[in-house]
Amino acid sequence: MQEQPNTQPSPADARQQEAAATPPTPAQAAAEQAALGAARARSRRSFLGLGVAGLAGWLGWRYLLHTPDDEGLPRDLRRVLDFNGKLTKDYYERTRLAPEFAHGQARPLRLNGNVGLGKDFDLATWTMKVQGFGGSAPQEFTLEQVKALPRTEMTTELKCIEGWSVVVHWAGVRLSDFLARYPLATRSGQPVADPANPPADAAKYVSVVTPDEEYYVGLEMWSALHPQTLLAYELNGQPLTQEHGAPLRLVTPLKYGVKHLKRIGTIAFADERPADYWAEQGYDWSGNH
Amino acid sequence: MKVVVEKHPLAIRWFHWINFPVLSLMIWSGLWIYWANDVYRLGWGNTTLFKFFPQSFYQAFHVDHKLAQGMAWHFVLMWAFFLNGLLYVLYTAVSGQWRYLLPDRHSLRQAVHVTLYDLGLRRTPPPVQKYNGAQKIAYTAVILMGLGSLLTGVAIYKPVQFGWLTQALGGYESARVIHFVLTLGYVVFFVIHIAQVVRAGWNNFRAIVAGFEIEEVNPATQAIVAGPTSLPAAGASLRPTPPTA
Repeated sequence: MQEQPNTQPSPADARQQEAAATPPTPAQAAAEQAALGAARARSRRSFLGLGVAGLAGWLGWRYLLHTPDDEGLPRDLRRVLDFNGKLTKDYYERTRLAPEFAHGQARPLRLNGNVGLGKDFDLATWTMKVQGFGGSAPQEFTLEQVKALPRTEMTTELKCIEGWSVVVHWAGVRLSDFLARYPLATRSGQPVADPANPPADAAKYVSVVTPDEEYYVGLEMWSALHPQTLLAYELNGQPLTQEHGAPLRLVTPLKYGVKHLKRIGTIAFADERPADYWAEQGYDWSGNH
Repeated sequence: MKVVVEKHPLAIRWFHWINFPVLSLMIWSGLWIYWANDVYRLGWGNTTLFKFFPQSFYQAFHVDHKLAQGMAWHFVLMWAFFLNGLLYVLYTAVSGQWRYLLPDRHSLRQAVHVTLYDLGLRRTPPPVQKYNGAQKIAYTAVILMGLGSLLTGVAIYKPVQFGWLTQALGGYESARVIHFVLTLGYVVFFVIHIAQVVRAGWNNFRAIVAGFEIEEVNPATQAIVAGPTSLPAAGASLRPTPPTA
């Protein structure tokens, strides 16, 4: 479309023409020069300032990334992760439950990871060894002994640290029920009668390791005693398969899937954070989410 | 004659330039996290128009196998993103700058005008203001997007501890999708923003660094002739600094 020539100047053009036709007074012209000179100086200063600030920010971030390594992460980054975890854990009431779903919403669980599931394993002779915090010799438990404790079922969402999730149905024994029945988590050898208020001499951490010691996780005692933390023997109504950690695995919907250790070999207690397979690869130690 | 006109307060310039690298690193570390479960695509059924992201993209930018590092960066930088955004919102509220930024009943119509003009579909230029209708809508929307990213981010970072939030956002998977789409939104915002900054030219760009613009005024009346002439109701900061002599 051909533009029609404007017969009337637009208001903006008129303003410009009018301004151009009005010469500044000599005082105004001098002021203009002074103002433009000051503006140039200010502009230079500002760009220089932005450059320096950018450089400082870059150096600061580099400094953070080069703090001494703490299990696969720069120390200061891990401190922030721990701080975040502490903040949200304090916000979260320990007795609150992870969301549960209708049994019918359960879906098959994706297989992800087989570290700790070595071939050299005999299901028939398996026992779970528990090293009591009091220092006595490790005790061994058969699957039958574990199953003799009250059965707990739940349908919860397993969330992988990779970002996928699936709702599954678990059956097993609460770790808190186990530690109430077997007094292994305290120095004095008393049972944990009330999981919400463990005895003062209870260990602060629990360590769980596969029989081949290739995979290992740590839990805080409060999360180990949480009512949804299970020693699970059934998944979606079926006994655990080898790939899913038969005969007994750890389940805790408070934490990422990486903490759901398959094929429990040994449980032990500690007052310091126990070794954790994925935390050593640079992941958050607690795995709480 | 030319005068120096104040445009962006120092605080807003700081918020802007802190946000830029922080949000960039948030997006980049977010990519490292997303890579570990890269399930999103554009398409339907078995037809995929675009996969987020093609293998070639991961390889070109070495995005792969950095989940732990990505999480560590993301959950440190989130504090900078959150605090900077919070201070920005508080500052605009207290200083009155929100009056330039919040869309009003004319903004939508004006935004259409601006868009048509910028696309060359309309000839009359929109009235020049500190922020036109399109800018008001964009700059307010991006703040709401930031809030959305924070909320969906918390919902997928701590989906059990903040279970109420995760459920309110439609569950874990849904919150993750929203978080991802908002991030795509920032990328779109960035592309348009840069294009507009290039179009607007040096005077405009210098203002976000140094704070001022240089405008042509009528020496007799001091009226701005070729710059922002129609200011918002509360507008005072674009008044020319009177020449001192």
